[in-house]
Amino acid sequence: MSDDKFILTAQGVVKRFGGLTAVNNMSVAIERGRIFSIIGPNGAGKTTFFNAISGLYHCDEGAIEFEGRRIERLHPYQITALHMARTFQNIRLFGGMTVVENIMVGAYTRLKQMPWQAVFRSKPFKDEEARAQNRAQELMEYVGLRDVGNELARNLPYGAQRRVEIARALASQPKLLLLDEPAAGMNPAESEDAMQLFRRIRDQLGITILLIEHDMKVVMNISEHIYVMDHGEQIAAGSPQEISTNTQVIEAYLGKGAAAALSA
Amino acid sequence: MSDKIKHYYNQLMTFLGQGKNPYYASGGLIVLGFLLVYLNPRSIPSFLVFMFAASTIYWLPMKPAIRLAFAVAVAVVLVPILGARNVFYLEVIFQIAVFSALALGLNIVVGFSGLLNFGYMAFYAVGAYLWAFFGSQQPYLLHSTVTTKALNTPFFLAPDWFYLFIFIGVIVTCIVGLVLGLPVLRVRGDYLAIITLAFGEIVRQLFNNMDKPLNFTNGPQGITPIQRPTMPEGVLKLFNGVVRPLVGHRVTDDQAYNILFYLIALLVVVAVIVVTYRLDDSKVGRAWTAIREDELSAGAMGINANKLKLGAFAVGASFAGAMGVLFAASRTFVSPETFTFLQSVMVLTMVILGGIGSITGVVVGATLVTLLNIQVLQSFSLYLSQLRQSDAVIPLLNWHWSHLSNQLDPSKYQRLIFGILLVVMMIYRPTGLFPESRRKRDLGPGDADQTPIGEGADHV
Repeated sequence: MSDDKFILTAQGVVKRFGGLTAVNNMSVAIERGRIFSIIGPNGAGKTTFFNAISGLYHCDEGAIEFEGRRIERLHPYQITALHMARTFQNIRLFGGMTVVENIMVGAYTRLKQMPWQAVFRSKPFKDEEARAQNRAQELMEYVGLRDVGNELARNLPYGAQRRVEIARALASQPKLLLLDEPAAGMNPAESEDAMQLFRRIRDQLGITILLIEHDMKVVMNISEHIYVMDHGEQIAAGSPQEISTNTQVIEAYLGKGAAAALSA
Repeated sequence: MSDKIKHYYNQLMTFLGQGKNPYYASGGLIVLGFLLVYLNPRSIPSFLVFMFAASTIYWLPMKPAIRLAFAVAVAVVLVPILGARNVFYLEVIFQIAVFSALALGLNIVVGFSGLLNFGYMAFYAVGAYLWAFFGSQQPYLLHSTVTTKALNTPFFLAPDWFYLFIFIGVIVTCIVGLVLGLPVLRVRGDYLAIITLAFGEIVRQLFNNMDKPLNFTNGPQGITPIQRPTMPEGVLKLFNGVVRPLVGHRVTDDQAYNILFYLIALLVVVAVIVVTYRLDDSKVGRAWTAIREDELSAGAMGINANKLKLGAFAVGASFAGAMGVLFAASRTFVSPETFTFLQSVMVLTMVILGGIGSITGVVVGATLVTLLNIQVLQSFSLYLSQLRQSDAVIPLLNWHWSHLSNQLDPSKYQRLIFGILLVVMMIYRPTGLFPESRRKRDLGPGDADQTPIGEGADHV
């Protein structure tokens, strides 16, 4: 079913941990050049589904297709090479490396250099390193960071670390960017900034975004399509307007009684 | 009090950093150190002064070209002359060079990639036995037992194959590193430490027992004699001609070999440092550090962690291999005794003491531990035993030095001292004497008007 319209499709993805079915028969179709979201209560299986897409877990059943290639059996590093990048819910930067180095690590798969070129410092190597460093700086400024290139990533404040993580993901030149709760722990002004950044990434860089988010303001504001998960299953899908009035969704978040009270 | 010291220290450092001061200071110290050692060839304090003077070349601010000239002058001119006067120093520096290369190799595995390796000596052993086998009569003695040895057996290869074997050693240990790496990739952390420990012992036992059915290694007796490369014509002539008045006596063949091996070891160490430094500052080095920092995240960045871990093992092993070949030739004797677990731990101690992941730190660590090990402790032992034999008395206590127990022998306390050192280091300076610091990149005009980090990030 994958064609030019969809950059990523997942069909009936199932992931079990022992007796627990974390993701059950989840299907999505992500359209190219748009911002999609997955929401759902805590423990609904959103991050597990993300991990299945990005190769950290191998799903037990189902098919995932990215750019027309089956990826459900690939390793994370192979998937990254196919131009998909992700960030993590609990920021996972390389704390002991500088910000610029972090972003340059993101460009790992795009660098052509060979180890012996590094040893002999060949011209192509030097050029590539210089380009990679410039690009890292550009990306750093693109996500709104200045003058922190030589700081250790772990010394940055939380919000800045989130930005570095996004810059690092962008450095791998993705076509699809998976963001796992990118606005978690941000105050309203910060999440407003973050939303603008996501829009810029989509509009200027043409990168499709799939995000998991708890902050309803963010989700409703920037997503063009939302999938709602609960207990590992998809319970609803649609535009923000449709989702915000969907009784099943309200039930999942607030419980049956609240849903009844709201609709009454 | 400590503030005052800091104040004076800072003043001293700024003074030393100004204008031509560093050149005068460093040059003066080097000449002083050289003269001290030259006049008292046996004095250890003077040798330490000389070592300190040499270290100023590294840490005082100088122009790169002058720094290089200083370093070359010390390494290629002064040290060989001192060494020719007292070969013991060459031995010390040779050992420092060998252990620096080993520690740098281990540093790639432990420091850069964060993979604990307790069996590193195995690679050194492989390199050493490689030349020990091909550089001796052993290939002709495969069918003889350990004890019988025909004295007129010819050597298998010509001595100058040695130089080629340094490179073959690199390749062979690289492959051994890859082979070890394969099973090791499946485990992490403590389990990895245990597997590598076992590997180190396996290799040692293998060399210990490969005397039957075919006698490859001559078992616990070890292989000897192993060939040294032929002495280049010029070296003896130079030392017995031009430099003769400085050295003060005829340089024998053996002493010349000490100088030769010192120079080769120096070359290898410089090569190792350059390779380490350049790999560290490349895609591969960044990937290694990324794996150390967060393997899962590194995978998501497109890094094939298994491949890079294998690479780290192979590169680390290859350094040890090159030094192993050199070691075998310089000792002309190799036995399994040299490659014990304790030696692996000692190299690890150097890495930890100096600073995990820091090239400078690792070299300093190797220098300190080697000095402590083969020079300071031993000479202290010697001093005590001299006192013991003399009829010296501690005046007020009326205590005779001859009553001092024979058991009190500092050189035997090596492990105790390393143990205490490591415990103290882990508590007070877990990152080592010279901790790893990330390279500061020149980030152009964007960073020229440096704002403090807090402000730079606060607008997020």
